[in-house]
Amino acid sequence: MKILVCITHVPDTTSKIQFTENNTQFDKTGVQFIIGPYDDYALARAVELRDQTGGSLTVLNVGEAETEPTLRKALAIGADEAVRINAFPSDSLFVANQIAHYAKEGNYDLILMGRESIDFNGGMVHGMVAEMLGVPSVSPVMKLEIEGETVKMAREIEGGKEYLEAKLPLVAGCQEPIAEWKIPNMRGIMSARTKPLNVVEAVNDKTATKTVSYELPPTKGAVKLIDKDNVEELVKLLQNEAKVL
Amino acid sequence: MSILVYIEHAEGAIKKTSLEAVSYAKELAALEGQDVVAVALGTIEESALGQAGTAGASKVLHVNDEKLNAGVIQAHADAVAQAFEKVGAQTLVLAKSSLGDAVAARLSVKLDAGLVSNVVALPETNGGYKVKRSIYTGKAFAFSEITTDRKILAVKKNAVGLKTDGDAASVEALEVNLPESDFVAKITATDKATGEISLPEADIIVSGGRGLKGPENWNLIEDLAKAMGAATGCSKPVSDSGWRPHHEHVGQTGVKVAPSLYVAVGISGAIQHLAGVNASKYIVVINKDPEAPFFKAADYGIVGDAFEILPKLTEAVKALK
Ligand SMILES: Cc1cc2nc3c(=O)[nH]c(=O)nc-3n(C[C@H](O)[C@H](O)[C@H](O)COP(=O)(O)OP(=O)(O)OC[C@H]3O[C@@H](n4cnc5c(N)ncnc54)[C@H](O)[C@@H]3O)c2cc1C
Repeated sequence: MKILVCITHVPDTTSKIQFTENNTQFDKTGVQFIIGPYDDYALARAVELRDQTGGSLTVLNVGEAETEPTLRKALAIGADEAVRINAFPSDSLFVANQIAHYAKEGNYDLILMGRESIDFNGGMVHGMVAEMLGVPSVSPVMKLEIEGETVKMAREIEGGKEYLEAKLPLVAGCQEPIAEWKIPNMRGIMSARTKPLNVVEAVNDKTATKTVSYELPPTKGAVKLIDKDNVEELVKLLQNEAKVL
Repeated sequence: MSILVYIEHAEGAIKKTSLEAVSYAKELAALEGQDVVAVALGTIEESALGQAGTAGASKVLHVNDEKLNAGVIQAHADAVAQAFEKVGAQTLVLAKSSLGDAVAARLSVKLDAGLVSNVVALPETNGGYKVKRSIYTGKAFAFSEITTDRKILAVKKNAVGLKTDGDAASVEALEVNLPESDFVAKITATDKATGEISLPEADIIVSGGRGLKGPENWNLIEDLAKAMGAATGCSKPVSDSGWRPHHEHVGQTGVKVAPSLYVAVGISGAIQHLAGVNASKYIVVINKDPEAPFFKAADYGIVGDAFEILPKLTEAVKALK
């Protein structure tokens, strides 16, 4: 089986988010970049499936040269080869176009990615790629098993789960607990250095949206502390001041 | 012209988040001199559909086909695309949800429409079409300009609020053509907590963390939630240890919520948890550690032992009713 895993290169979950140049640029100062946490789940499950069924596992990122350490990490976790499509990921449609084009050429059976990136939280790329390829898409997937040509999945819905079956090929947006994150070991890190990381040029520059500026939420006022022996006071405040009860 | 709204329904009623999307579309339509048409898929009573009118729709198109009851993503996208063409709409509005997101992504390609998700305000339309969206899991906002003629907006809960002062909408049957290939991914079963208030849609949430010590103490959280008419949530380690089901896990990697009131009990307030709750209007924190980071994000706080405070608080809330 040929598996493609698409990963994002995003600020670490604990990053302080700030902007520069009159709120038009993300401030990278002091920010550590990681594989998107949801993409990490997709990758972990893909490594398991590849080990079970044989075949190959390619990891792909649409990004500029700075994302290569993130791709190397994915190689260290277990991908066989990496591909960087050399372009700034300007919007979901652009990214989806790049992935779909690459995937079509490579005839992948299974394309996994995270349910959403943790920077723009769009959660759209998997659905767009699937529509472009004319195959089913399922997200957010929390369980995925392959039995022959059949894919058995559980998908999270509001307040519960849905169980689904589909045939390969398929695109899935993943989340926990689809697999345990894998941490690269020394052997993985060493072998990642010699695995191929191919750089490919972007195919077209079609976008549908353009982010023009950013804003931070207003800072919160100080907390109003209520004495633990006077919980009635809290109830009163919630009723009369906040008006939420 | 009309703005089309894709509405979801559950247990015989339109989902509240979908009604909010209709309200949002109504405000947008008023700015643009348009009207609002909703589209609903699958089996649901006409009278329940008419409810979309109270939120601002003048008409509901109903594809009454039981094959669309389960959330078959491709079929939903196809049906909505056909409704969009039929109405001659340029804009589609829907509520951000598990199904909504999946359908919207496919629709944006199908309809060649720029899609913005997590929308939190009406677009600014003087000089471009700029939409404010929540990014970095609620830690910031972006203004994204949609550059295509057709537009899709997936609206975050509580973005504009729900107005229900309209009249019932007329319901019209809609026939659509759905190829077999739309049903390749089949839903074989669902496992839904019935009767409970759904977390992503809840207006009040009582959430517990590792400070509750174990699942055997969850009745304290549930009792308060029941008294408040709230849904229950939890932190990640709580669902990781199996104390609570995964769909209750709130945060960056779990459910993102935007209730009017979020009550966090025995949760430290790690940045990943905060990322999922920072869209809440009011936050109450109960924690025995006065240094817990959650107090910085809270509106009201009590420093003390949850085991002591929760029963008293539940009684005090009950006394209100
Ligand atoms: C990539 C990544 C993603 C993550 N995503 C999420 C996420 O989506 N959601 C999430 O929640 N976490 C997430 N986490 C984990 C997060 O970092 C924290 O570990 C987690 O939120 C801590 O949960 P907690 O506050 O329940 O537990 P703890 O950190 O153990 O805190 C327990 C709190 O309870 C208090 N307490 C103890 N006893 C009592 C008592 N008797 N009465 C009152 N208070 C008491 C303590 O003072 C403490 O503040 C993520 C982590 C990573 C690395």
